[in-house]
Amino acid sequence: MAGQKIHSAKRKRFITNSVVHVILGILALIWVFPVIWVVLTSFRAEQGSYVSTFFPRSYTLDNYIRLLTDTTILNFPQMFLNTLFIAVFSCILSTFYVLAASYCLSRLRFKMRKPYMNMAMILGLFPGFMSMVAVYFILKALGLSEGNLIKLALILVYSGGAALGFQIAKGFFDTIPMAVDEAAILDGCTRWQIFTKITLPLSKPIVVYTTLTSFMGPWVDFIFAKVICRANSDQYTIAIGLWNMLQKEYIDSWYTCFAAGAVLISIPIAALFLYMQRYYVDGLSGAVKG
Amino acid sequence: MGILKKRVNEFPTPYTCMNAIKKGGIETKLSMVLMGFGNIVHGQMMKGLLYLALEVVYIVFMILTGVHCLAMLPSLGSVEQQEYWDEATQVYMYTKGDQSVLILLYGVATVLITVLMVLAWRGTLRSAYKAECLAKEGRHVNNFVEDLKTLLHENLQKLLMTPPMVFIFLFTILPLIFMICMAFTNYSKIDDHLMLFDWVGLDNFAALFDSSSILGSTFWSVLAWTLVWAFFATFSNYIFGMIVSLLINRKGTRAKGFWRFCFVLSCAVPMFVSLLIMRTMLQPEGAVNVLLRNLGLIAQDASLPFFTDPTWARVTVIVINVWVGVPYTLLQLTGVLQNIPEDLYEAAKVDGANAVQIFFKITLPYMLYVTTPYLITTFTGNVNNFNVIYLLSGGDPVTDLGSTAGKTDLLVTWLYKLTIDKQYYNIGAVIGIMTFIILAIAALVTYHNSKSYKEEGGF
Repeated sequence: MAGQKIHSAKRKRFITNSVVHVILGILALIWVFPVIWVVLTSFRAEQGSYVSTFFPRSYTLDNYIRLLTDTTILNFPQMFLNTLFIAVFSCILSTFYVLAASYCLSRLRFKMRKPYMNMAMILGLFPGFMSMVAVYFILKALGLSEGNLIKLALILVYSGGAALGFQIAKGFFDTIPMAVDEAAILDGCTRWQIFTKITLPLSKPIVVYTTLTSFMGPWVDFIFAKVICRANSDQYTIAIGLWNMLQKEYIDSWYTCFAAGAVLISIPIAALFLYMQRYYVDGLSGAVKG
Repeated sequence: MGILKKRVNEFPTPYTCMNAIKKGGIETKLSMVLMGFGNIVHGQMMKGLLYLALEVVYIVFMILTGVHCLAMLPSLGSVEQQEYWDEATQVYMYTKGDQSVLILLYGVATVLITVLMVLAWRGTLRSAYKAECLAKEGRHVNNFVEDLKTLLHENLQKLLMTPPMVFIFLFTILPLIFMICMAFTNYSKIDDHLMLFDWVGLDNFAALFDSSSILGSTFWSVLAWTLVWAFFATFSNYIFGMIVSLLINRKGTRAKGFWRFCFVLSCAVPMFVSLLIMRTMLQPEGAVNVLLRNLGLIAQDASLPFFTDPTWARVTVIVINVWVGVPYTLLQLTGVLQNIPEDLYEAAKVDGANAVQIFFKITLPYMLYVTTPYLITTFTGNVNNFNVIYLLSGGDPVTDLGSTAGKTDLLVTWLYKLTIDKQYYNIGAVIGIMTFIILAIAALVTYHNSKSYKEEGGF
């Protein structure tokens, strides 16, 4: 009698488990499908955006070769370097700003602390690029809207509001016990030393997370780059380039190259993401063991 | 150690501006006119000279351009650009007319600089008074090097916060004030006010609220759709992400890492790329329709109207937003879900609750309690979710040819179309302000009613 009961419970669990796995399998397929499709398209030999088969009829590397060598219409290598340059520098700036602001708001008590946090909340409610036109005018007034200075302009714009996004890093710093700081001060540390020698090393996950997000913002941003670059095609970033490839005049001849470009810019992000996945989850849930 | 602990009476100090004016000695009072004078008298040479230099720079700036900028602000310029025939070079030339945009920008910038100057003026008074008091009491007055050293310790916030603040001022606050000012002008392509424009008060707001005009009716329909979109986009992602996360993390599931990998993989493709791909796939002749035709599910010449029928388009963008958003939600919620106390679940199981009941009675309430701030941010993010709409549907379909917005346009994408494509800068600015007001109200109401606010009293 009892054995039968255990048996049926086991069977029930087996059925639920199988159902869950089937559901997960279907969902995973839905989520992975477009990714696979892009990868397949990037190796497809037939040109054009509309095909009747899921798997390409023949495979080729020409799309990648053309993307990297054909620089007459859309200069992909140049765009790649532009984007890398902009992303690296604005990543350094924004990471520093975010961490510095979060540290101050979390560990120091000063008069502007509450007003600053309220201001950040209010500014966060305005649509991000409501002021885009105004930013463009300001950049123009500063003389940054032409030639290579556009890169500098983009770096400034991307890191401009960075310090307003301090919430996650601040939340993490909040979990580090105050006792650590107090002990360090008793030992004669200055607060600057605490920041650089204690807080930052203790907060590896959030430093990684901040760096990652600050790098990815400029790396994949499309709209600011488009408004600020305007017609300066030598300053285009990858996002604008890829977007152009899908415009009516290019889509038929460039569609497979678009897929190749998409794969190329996804590889660094994918690598970073997989490597940082652990930190990403830890960073958000705040997990320093004091 | 005092500064580490939160006090009820935060930061009391005798060295205030009022005290300086009331009780300060002659050298402190003179600092009101000659900034930094008090510091110089009390041996803080470098600091005093810096204040003085600041004052000189400000005065020179005001004389050279500042006063002119401020004087032009009320009228926003009136000299029109003229065309004339240049005999010498035999071409038409243009005289330099006033450009209202630049006048407005410089005016706003001057006002902001003046505000900063007032703050510096208060700073010099306080510091002069402090130096005076310390000197009177016979205590040590910091010299410049010592002052610099405090930046690494007591005043670390000044060192760390100043660079970000400069950037925020220049690239967030100044442009924002500038745009808000535009909402009260007639700066738009209508009636050709692109070069010269005037203040018009609240006319633009009146035009937007007038529901009999095209603009007014468009505004209300776009607003309604924006709110519907934000609601569904936020909660569909939230609940779906939570379910997926629970499925992956439940005890019986094998290969948890693999499943998570599948979902995270789609994060690796930048959002704009996956959105553009989705867009091409869902076109009338796109991959999805071709696939459906080949499978015989729809007729050979038929295609599903993903972006051509208003209702289809709206559902499509919400569904695709789930595809885009769930991996991120998954990453963000997994940690929180694992923090739910295990004994709650065990107690529920002992009482005979099934999975669905547990989800709705324990998981969901707990999550709502913990993640209200997260939900508010997501909601705000969705109201301002430019990328998904712009890259996916571009606001299409436009059913009413007279209006400037399509059926899936949000306030933000409409704002973009109005400012960048149509150059109706003033209306765009008004929409921006309205978006802000709506979000502010929504955020305040939900935040104040949420349990996490009431019981914990803030962040």
